[in-house]
Amino acid sequence: MIATKNITFSYGKGTSFAFPDISCSDGDTILIAGGSGKGKTTLLHLLGGLLRPQAGEILVNNTDIGILSEKKLDHFRGEHIGLVLQQSHFIASLSVLENVELASWLASGKKRTEKAKLLLQHLDLENHIYKLPSQLSIGQQQRVSIARALINEPKVLLADEPTSSLDDENAFKVADLLDNLAKEYRSALVIVTHDSRLKQRFTNQITLS
Amino acid sequence: MITKLAWKNTWFKPLNTTLSIILLTASVAIITVLILLQKQFEEKFSSNADGIDLVLGAQGSPLQLILSSVYQVDAPTGNIDYQEAKKWMLNPFVKTAIPLAFGDNYHGFKIVGTTTDYIEKYEAKVVSGKAFEKDFEVVVGSEVAKKLNLKTGDKFFGSHGDAEEGEVHEEHAYHIVGVLSETGKVIDNLILSNIQSVWAMHDSHEHGEAEVHDHDHEGHDHDHDHHHDEVVIREEGKEITAVLLKFRNKMGIVTWPRMIPQNTKMQAASPAIEINRLFTLFGVGLQALQYLAYGIMLISGISIFIALYNTLKERKYEFALLRVNGATRFQLLYLVVIESLILCVLGYLFGTIVGRIALMFISGSAEEEFKMAFNPFEFVWEKEGFLFLLTIFVGVLAAVIPAVKAYKLNISKTLANA
Repeated sequence: MIATKNITFSYGKGTSFAFPDISCSDGDTILIAGGSGKGKTTLLHLLGGLLRPQAGEILVNNTDIGILSEKKLDHFRGEHIGLVLQQSHFIASLSVLENVELASWLASGKKRTEKAKLLLQHLDLENHIYKLPSQLSIGQQQRVSIARALINEPKVLLADEPTSSLDDENAFKVADLLDNLAKEYRSALVIVTHDSRLKQRFTNQITLS
Repeated sequence: MITKLAWKNTWFKPLNTTLSIILLTASVAIITVLILLQKQFEEKFSSNADGIDLVLGAQGSPLQLILSSVYQVDAPTGNIDYQEAKKWMLNPFVKTAIPLAFGDNYHGFKIVGTTTDYIEKYEAKVVSGKAFEKDFEVVVGSEVAKKLNLKTGDKFFGSHGDAEEGEVHEEHAYHIVGVLSETGKVIDNLILSNIQSVWAMHDSHEHGEAEVHDHDHEGHDHDHDHHHDEVVIREEGKEITAVLLKFRNKMGIVTWPRMIPQNTKMQAASPAIEINRLFTLFGVGLQALQYLAYGIMLISGISIFIALYNTLKERKYEFALLRVNGATRFQLLYLVVIESLILCVLGYLFGTIVGRIALMFISGSAEEEFKMAFNPFEFVWEKEGFLFLLTIFVGVLAAVIPAVKAYKLNISKTLANA
């Protein structure tokens, strides 16, 4: 589960944000919408421990990630937070399977090869696991990054505009997939988007203004 | 795992990697060859000159005298009168005096008239047969025996002078009575007889051949005072090429080089001094090569730096991603440094191997021309270890800036701008 209390953030002069409190329990989904410049990505990065809030608390699994040391935060992030980005980035020199394995190794020090294979199979990628990520289509790449985000069974799954580069059919597929997987793995799913297709799909919404 | 990732990244850009490795290989190979050459060269030179304090020979270049009489690589400076030389050889200061008379050659291997002291001086043993005693009896060095497939009991005719294609002395055959053990020194490439054999060969030779004709066949031009045009009593007019002297009293080493040219037509040269001079001359060339090699190493360092730095821009998402997945800053730093070190270690390994292969070729041609072989499988741990550390240092230095950039990467900013 993830919950925030009175978090604020500022990029120096002028741009500062005060975010509404968010709470999302295991297996639930929350959609954060809002126009550009409203701090959607900033909020997501705060939730993911990539940025630290100026004030307020971010509780992931009852741990305040704002006060963790740099090294502990890196570790915590790897173990408990899964991130799916708008554009999928991979280690270009590693195969699809190795990319997913690497995520498990970085978080736990162990390579969960079997688990990675199962997960990729679950996402219809079993024929592509030995290919390089660059050899896959955008939709396939998106699914690989979902697999990578889920390999460590994180408490929180964060998705940043996961559907913006996909067509309608794929967008709904990915939305269903994220929703179902989050329920399956008991993760709190937070999706940040301005995609109206997703707004129809998920009812639990917060709009930043 | 980070190391494996570094390894994969290294080969993901094969051209960059190959360029860096080739440059490193080239510089390490050159330096390795220089290290080995220098060490083995100096060893060869000093081991051959062991136990020779001075060399007595005809006036001319002292370096040439040393090269010809001690190392058998240059033409002799000329001949000296045996009677005259004998006076000095019998001086009480002198512990041992080994006369040398260069005569003929057999398939390019020199036949040298000397005494059995020469064999002892080089610590060679007669492994089959016996040492030479009578005229025209010879013992052959181990290399000569091996290369020409000679054994005790064989007979051969020498060619005049030191040119392989010189005219053949068909009047007398040399008779091999012994083969010497391997010493790794010049004696391995020599055929030794007593001095009288050299004289006798040329006495009979003189009778049959015209003098002018003889001169044409000389391989070198310092033999003008060769014995054939002198009308003197045989025993007294005999000449030899040089005498290797070892002193009982070290005073002689200091005084003779000045005393002898003042009183005679001869000179006395010190191998230690001349070889030192030669190394100083060589040193300039070796140094230049060394600078070149270090220059190439610098360039390879820069090439690694540029390769790492350039890919940093496209790889910053990878780095951000690694951080998102739980990698620490330090792991990114480590990754970049390891990638650089992989190149350096590979470059060093290839360089060491390529350098030794090059030395094998150099050794092959040096053996043909100078009868000097080098051992490519020797390891000069101290210097090569230093070279390895230097290579690693270059790798670390090249990686510093890219690694620190990776370390300081702002993940949020990188991902937000994606």
